[in-house]
Amino acid sequence: MAVDVKIPENMELVYTYPESLTEVSTHYCPGCTHGIVHRLVAEVLDELDIRERTIGVAPVGCSVLAYNYIKTDFVEAAHGRALAMATGLKRVNPDKIVFTYQGDGDLAAIGTAETVHAANRGELLTTIFINNAIYGMTGGQMAPTTLPGMVTTSSPLGRDCSIVGFPIKMSEILAQTEGAVYITRQSSAGLAAIRKLKKAIKRAFMVQLAGLGYACVEVLSTCPTNWNRDPWESIQWVEEEMPKYFPLGDYKVTDAVQALKVK
Amino acid sequence: MAKELLKGNVAFAEAALRYGLEAYFGYPITPQSEALEHLSKRMVEEGRVFLQAESEVAAVNMVYGAAAAGVRTMTSTSGPGFALMAEGLSYIAGSEVPAVFVNMQRGGPGLGNIQPSQADYFFMVKTAGHGDFHPIVLAPANIQEMIDMVGLAFDLAEKYRTLVYIAGDGSLGQMMESAELPPMQALPTERPDWAVTGCEGRDPNLITSLYLGAKNLEAVNLRLQAKLREIEENEIRYQEYEVEDAEILLVAYGTVGRICTTVVREARKAGLKVGLLRPQTLWPFPLARLRELAGQVKVMFVSEMNAGQMLEDVERAAAGQCPVKFYGRMGGVVPLTDEILNAVKQLAEEVR
Amino acid sequence: MAKGMVVIDVDRCKGCGLCTHVCPVNILTLSPDTFNAKGYHPVIVTAAEKCIGCASCATICPDVVFTVYRQKRQPQAAPA
Repeated sequence: MAVDVKIPENMELVYTYPESLTEVSTHYCPGCTHGIVHRLVAEVLDELDIRERTIGVAPVGCSVLAYNYIKTDFVEAAHGRALAMATGLKRVNPDKIVFTYQGDGDLAAIGTAETVHAANRGELLTTIFINNAIYGMTGGQMAPTTLPGMVTTSSPLGRDCSIVGFPIKMSEILAQTEGAVYITRQSSAGLAAIRKLKKAIKRAFMVQLAGLGYACVEVLSTCPTNWNRDPWESIQWVEEEMPKYFPLGDYKVTDAVQALKVK
Repeated sequence: MAKELLKGNVAFAEAALRYGLEAYFGYPITPQSEALEHLSKRMVEEGRVFLQAESEVAAVNMVYGAAAAGVRTMTSTSGPGFALMAEGLSYIAGSEVPAVFVNMQRGGPGLGNIQPSQADYFFMVKTAGHGDFHPIVLAPANIQEMIDMVGLAFDLAEKYRTLVYIAGDGSLGQMMESAELPPMQALPTERPDWAVTGCEGRDPNLITSLYLGAKNLEAVNLRLQAKLREIEENEIRYQEYEVEDAEILLVAYGTVGRICTTVVREARKAGLKVGLLRPQTLWPFPLARLRELAGQVKVMFVSEMNAGQMLEDVERAAAGQCPVKFYGRMGGVVPLTDEILNAVKQLAEEVR
Repeated sequence: MAKGMVVIDVDRCKGCGLCTHVCPVNILTLSPDTFNAKGYHPVIVTAAEKCIGCASCATICPDVVFTVYRQKRQPQAAPA
């Protein structure tokens, strides 16, 4: 942190470094929205004052090292298995807050069964689902959420839905399960979206605090490096293109979840 | 506690609960589903955690999560399910959390059948999924031993923060025998300090098997290997029967080990100098003792319900000091006393 | 007197430029002729007196580069 800056007497602090974030500079690419979402999770943990009661489950993907950045107890799950691990963790630690942070490959390809069943069982868990329509960590291969026509390193001619199927819509699917009580698709692209996203993340944690059921916040996110776009162009692509296949909004909000007062 | 007539699967399940099992996550698979069914009722009665998972893949990861939280946890399965768990077993081994697994082996490979087998020896003993590791593998030969080994398994798992398997088979799971269950053990009031339980009053804990950088991971592997050496030093268990003057040494474990006790008795009645070494730990393997015995006997004779898996470890132990012969059945067939005895008698003729 | 002020943690900045696009008074830019310890051109404030302390930069920054200050609210005079 910069020191030696004189703060004028008539000024007050409006924003500072969240407690729940470690000081470690992230390894994420410039402009990657993982950084924004990690920060929002940390802010929420601070505001709800639950850092010391929280256990995170890290995925396999770019955010495999999430435990270096968010200052809570953490476990590293196998690829796709975060929600199964979280189920075991939460059921033996019912008074703790357990959240999973997963990418699109982790949650919607290899982990689809674990995801759907955790939601269906109404596990008292919170999931932050980062959907950037690509496999970032392994170098830009096609993801189950890759958009039609999108060029990736394993769909070099562009995603051909007649051969490989269509982008999978996890929020829509999870909303069908009885155990899911809060399923929402948000975006990390731009100020208004980020403010809404933070409220959604906060609500998703409050759902677990109130013991209501399974909560998942899908976050349309960027991958500037593998999309071959610069950070701001990537933000614009999330704003303009992604919602055509992944419409933003709430897919499931039970009355009890709606009634939670999110400040 | 008094002896009661127990079915194998029910016995190990109830024993686990009494030894302090706090969380069981399982999936039905013949020949061990009775364990899942028994615990679905008893765990709930005792206020513990029970969940039937959507697959063995999910079950092993639920076990991993509960183990990371520092509670006694286990699952039970058979070969096809165990194969699905291989990934999770490797993660558990690498992240050094204690967990117990019961494999009631059945005929394979593939879907196979539901009859007893010992064909998962390599799979259980030589590794824990991918990577360099050996779980502790206990091999009970009767229901009482299986009950006792459940308690031992939890203790060893916690002592070394490692994986412990109980290598059963379909007959052990399905048979009924008179045995004594342990009394109900009180649950611990505290969790180990390495466990993930929320970081109040301390720095955050991390349970992981990820160590980026070759030097980092090598250091971890050296530590794991040192742990395995310590286990080999201290935890070998086996039983010897009529070994002192034996010319033919039978080496067999589990159900076949039990059958071979009868074979030794019958062979001795026929005047043959036959003995038995029955490993109770398949890993760590009683290598030194077998090497010693190989210098005393005329021949070793291994019998297994597989194509010859422990056979390779016995050959390695013998180090050429004596021949090592084999008699096995596969596909779920259980070799009976008579066929093994006949093979031993024939062998006795050959080495006369 | 500026309404707001930001303190920039120069070495955390990865030069992604997102903040430069969202600052409503357009006073953020990537430094054209300096580098930080990571080798990026870090963000700099071009006209500090124009800062309104809205924290838009902090809201979009993935690397928590900004600490934001704003003028304290003056207590309202009670209605007569």
